Amino acid sequence: MWRVGTVVALRDETSTARTITLEVRDWPGHLAGQHVDVRLTAPDGYSAVRSYSIASAPNSEGHVQITVERLLNGEVSPYLTQEVNVGDRLELRGPIGGWFVWRSEQTEPIQLIAGGSGIVPLMAMIRSRAAVRSAAPFRLLYSVREPGAVFYRDELHSLSENADSMSIHYAYTRATPKNWPRLPGRIDTKLIANATWAADLGPTCYICGPTPFVETVTNLLTVSGNDRDRIRTERFGSTGERK
Amino acid sequence: MGIISRGFSGRRTPTDVKLPPGQYLTTDFPVLSAGPTPHVPLEKWEFVIDDGKNVLRRWDWKSFRNLPSETVTVDLHCVTRWSKLGTSWEGVSLDTLLADIKTDASYTLVRSYGDYTTNVPLKDLLNKQAWIAFRYDDQDLAPEHGGPARLLVPHLYLWKSAKWVRGMTLMREDKPGFWEGLGYHIYGDPWREQRYSGDR
Amino acid sequence: MSSHIAYLDGNAAAGELNKLFASDITAATGLCKHCGSTRRFAEARLYMDGPGLVARCCVCEHVLLRVVNARQGAFLDVCGLTYLRFDTSE
Repeated sequence: MWRVGTVVALRDETSTARTITLEVRDWPGHLAGQHVDVRLTAPDGYSAVRSYSIASAPNSEGHVQITVERLLNGEVSPYLTQEVNVGDRLELRGPIGGWFVWRSEQTEPIQLIAGGSGIVPLMAMIRSRAAVRSAAPFRLLYSVREPGAVFYRDELHSLSENADSMSIHYAYTRATPKNWPRLPGRIDTKLIANATWAADLGPTCYICGPTPFVETVTNLLTVSGNDRDRIRTERFGSTGERK
Repeated sequence: MGIISRGFSGRRTPTDVKLPPGQYLTTDFPVLSAGPTPHVPLEKWEFVIDDGKNVLRRWDWKSFRNLPSETVTVDLHCVTRWSKLGTSWEGVSLDTLLADIKTDASYTLVRSYGDYTTNVPLKDLLNKQAWIAFRYDDQDLAPEHGGPARLLVPHLYLWKSAKWVRGMTLMREDKPGFWEGLGYHIYGDPWREQRYSGDR
Repeated sequence: MSSHIAYLDGNAAAGELNKLFASDITAATGLCKHCGSTRRFAEARLYMDGPGLVARCCVCEHVLLRVVNARQGAFLDVCGLTYLRFDTSE
């Protein structure tokens, strides 16, 4: 059940988050939105397991990317974001999850809403859509504390520059870029009304982030008319580290 | 065992202190839960001792806090392998609560607000071994750690120290509680490493 | 209903539960025995830090299922579910 992945690349996304690319022999493939469980084992046998969403689109090279945010009192994330080197091996189990996934056969409008590190599985969906050149209309609403906290910044920027791609809105909750038209603040009814697909278009919505974020946004979407059955959610721990 | 992760040691603290087998020392106080934190207004709180048929004793918060209490310093051992030493609590001894109760029951089922239960032999609650604790580290016991009051029976694994305690039933026969009924040891002595049913 | 937000959801339990179920559990639909709600298991409230895994109904918070990984094996209690319906179409 546990496979071994070799770290082949590392990239810092922000000052506290890093993307780890693993090459996994016999990787069975994955769907956008799925996650892996990563297990670390100390020399005395003590082990810790954490779940991380897969950031990469489905591919046939056996490559699995995860993006890990370093938590202040984390046990595993400081190791993954600061100690791990190219060439190291990590144990992983997966891919896991069959509900919080986007399949390329889906053609309906898709609304993605990310809170902080909740962007990771949604990025796999965005990359998957690009890889298969799907025409499914996508919108992303990405809530972060401040501009420096955005993952995949350049990639998202070039996607939004591309006219026939997808629309991306940012909600900054603590500090905004200069001359930003909206004051810092959480996602609210007004932003949902202005920046997401209208409910009567029947979008399938994917919300990912810390539990309180997901609960709040789910409520906003149902109040604005979205069917509960069309809303799929994935909750991270309130500190961001899913166990 | 998995492959060794180069350079990983986890959150443990190396120590010379003797801990029960399989435990590691922690300096924080992890919050572990089987469900949502109940919020019990003090004017509704009560602690009830019954025998399955009749109520034997009942205290509301006021009468409970009027009972003599004591401060104790104890070590905590959680079955999830962390131990926290030298924790300070204030509580009412079960010796006080069970005084004057005549019973031929040998076992208790401790019940919490919410749906949690745990079973403890009656003799393990007596003789200065257990308290209903309402203060931790010089402050009112916080809800996430079991406040307004929790059972504290430190010579057993911490799952026996039921949070959000509301009462107990005296029983003639032992009956497993929430975790004991699903694979955990019926007694739970950390020094004999009695984690799971079937452990000696 | 209490609101202390210390839970995850059914997705977080899937790695553990996949060891016991042949089909993906997150997409399965469960009927809560206590309140009669039907929801995807992905929406269940998961409490996973303690001695075992506890999944609770997101509507009434009663226990749906529990798992303990004990020395003798994995104990599974599904008494809180009237049923779990898995998608078995290929």
